Amino acid sequence: MDLDKTDRAGQPLVSLDGVNKWFGDLHVLQDIDLQIAKGEVIVVIGPSGSGKSTLCRCINRLESVQQGEICLDGVPLPAEGKTLARLRSDVGMVFQSFNLFAHKSILENVTLGPIKVRGTSKAEANKRGRELLDRVGIADQADKVPAQLSGGQQQRAAIARALAMDPKVMLFDEPTSALDPEMINEVLDVMVSLAKDGMTMVVVTHEMGFARKAADRVVFMDHGKIVEEATPEEFFTNPKSDRAKDFLSKILTH
Amino acid sequence: MQALLANFDALWSGFLTTLAMSVAAAIVATVLGTVLAAFRVSPIPPLRAFGAIYVQLVRNTPLTAVFFLVIFGLPAVDVTFQSFFIAAVVALSVYTAAFVCEVIRSGINSVSAGQAEAARAIGLTFGQSLREVVLPQAFRTVVPPLGNLWIALVKNSAIAGGAFAVADLTQLAANLARDNPAEVLGVFGGIALAYMVITVPSGIAVGIIERRTAILR
Repeated sequence: MDLDKTDRAGQPLVSLDGVNKWFGDLHVLQDIDLQIAKGEVIVVIGPSGSGKSTLCRCINRLESVQQGEICLDGVPLPAEGKTLARLRSDVGMVFQSFNLFAHKSILENVTLGPIKVRGTSKAEANKRGRELLDRVGIADQADKVPAQLSGGQQQRAAIARALAMDPKVMLFDEPTSALDPEMINEVLDVMVSLAKDGMTMVVVTHEMGFARKAADRVVFMDHGKIVEEATPEEFFTNPKSDRAKDFLSKILTH
Repeated sequence: MQALLANFDALWSGFLTTLAMSVAAAIVATVLGTVLAAFRVSPIPPLRAFGAIYVQLVRNTPLTAVFFLVIFGLPAVDVTFQSFFIAAVVALSVYTAAFVCEVIRSGINSVSAGQAEAARAIGLTFGQSLREVVLPQAFRTVVPPLGNLWIALVKNSAIAGGAFAVADLTQLAANLARDNPAEVLGVFGGIALAYMVITVPSGIAVGIIERRTAILR
C-alpha cells in the first residue's frame, strides 16, 4: 500500500503536552511535547537512561506522569479503572522481553484479548488469530507454548497478539534488544510491513537501519528531554545538536 | 488393634467424617485464601488492609482458640451453626485461609511483572489479568506448599473431635482408648494409620498435579 505520509491533516492521534515525570529525585521526562499523526512512524532513539522507554510506556499509561497531558485521539488518558483498560485495548504494545503468557498456547495468547476484552466469539477469534499468526509467519507454531519458540518467533507472536486488538497505534519498546542477531531481521521485516500498511507506530530502538527504512520522523532523546526531531535522512546525515552528533559517531562507527 | 477391628463400623464412619470435614474445609480455605490474596495485591487500599489484618489476626491465633471463637464466641453475636461439623469446617477454613493467602501471594509475586503488564496492555482489567494470566501461573508455582497446607489441614481437623463434639477419627480414638485402657497404643497407632490413608495419597496426588500443571519457561 502506497500511503501518502505527507498528509498530516486533522488532530494528532497521540499528543503529549508538557509531560513531566519523576522517579523519586530523578527527572526522567522533562517537558515533553510530541504530536504523532495517524499513520506516522516515529522512531525514538537515544542513549540508555535517556527516558525513551519511559516515554513509550507513558503513552498507554503503564507509567503514570506527574505533570502534563497525554491524549489519544483527542481523549486524555483516564486514571486507573475500566476506562483506562478500554483505552489500552486500542494501543498495541510490544515489549523487549516479549512477555507472552507463559501458560497459554501461542494461539491463546493472540485470542485472549479479543475474547475477554472485545467479546469476540472463540471461533471468530481463533480464525482471526490464525490469520495474524500467518501474517507474521508463524502459523505452524499456533499450538505450541511460548517457551518452545525462538526469541524471534516469540516477538512475532507478541506483535500478532497486539494486532489482534486492531489497535489505533502500536508501541514498540526495544523490540529487538533481547534477540540473537540472526533473529532481529525477521522481527524488523514484520515491523516494516506494518509501517507500509499505514500503522501508526512509536518505536524505541537501536536499529538505525529500521529508522532509515521505515521512520517518518526520528526523535532523539537525552537526559529526559527531546533534543532533536527530524526526518531520518536529515538526522543521520546532518544532526544539529552536539549530543546527537556525539551519539551517532559512537554507534555508527562500528 | 483388636478394639478398632471390633468397632469397624464406627471406624469407617469416623474416617468418612474426617475426610468430609477436611475436603470441605480445603475447598473453602483455598477459595477464601485466593480471594484474600487478590485483596492483598489489589490496587484498592482498604481491600489490601483488610487482607493484611485478616492474615495477621488469624495466623497468630491458635487453632483451638479459633474453634472456641466459632463454636462459643459467634453464638454470642447470634451467629450459630446447624451442627458441630459445620462449625468445625468454618473454623478450619477460616484458619487455613490465612496460610493459603500467603502461599498464593508468594506465587503471585513469583510471576514476572511483565506478564501482568502485557495483560493490562491488551486491555484486560485488573481483575481479568489476575484471573486469566497471573493466578493460573501463581497456582502452578505453589502446588507443593499448598499441598503441605492441605495435609496439615487434615491433621488439624483432629481438634474437632478431640476437643469438640464431632464424631471423627480422633474422637473415636479417645472413646476406644477410654473403654479399652489396655489397648491405648494399638488404638492410637491404628488411628494414626487411618489419617495416613488420607494424607499419603494426598501427597502423591499433589506431586502428580505439580508435574501435570508445570509451565515450560
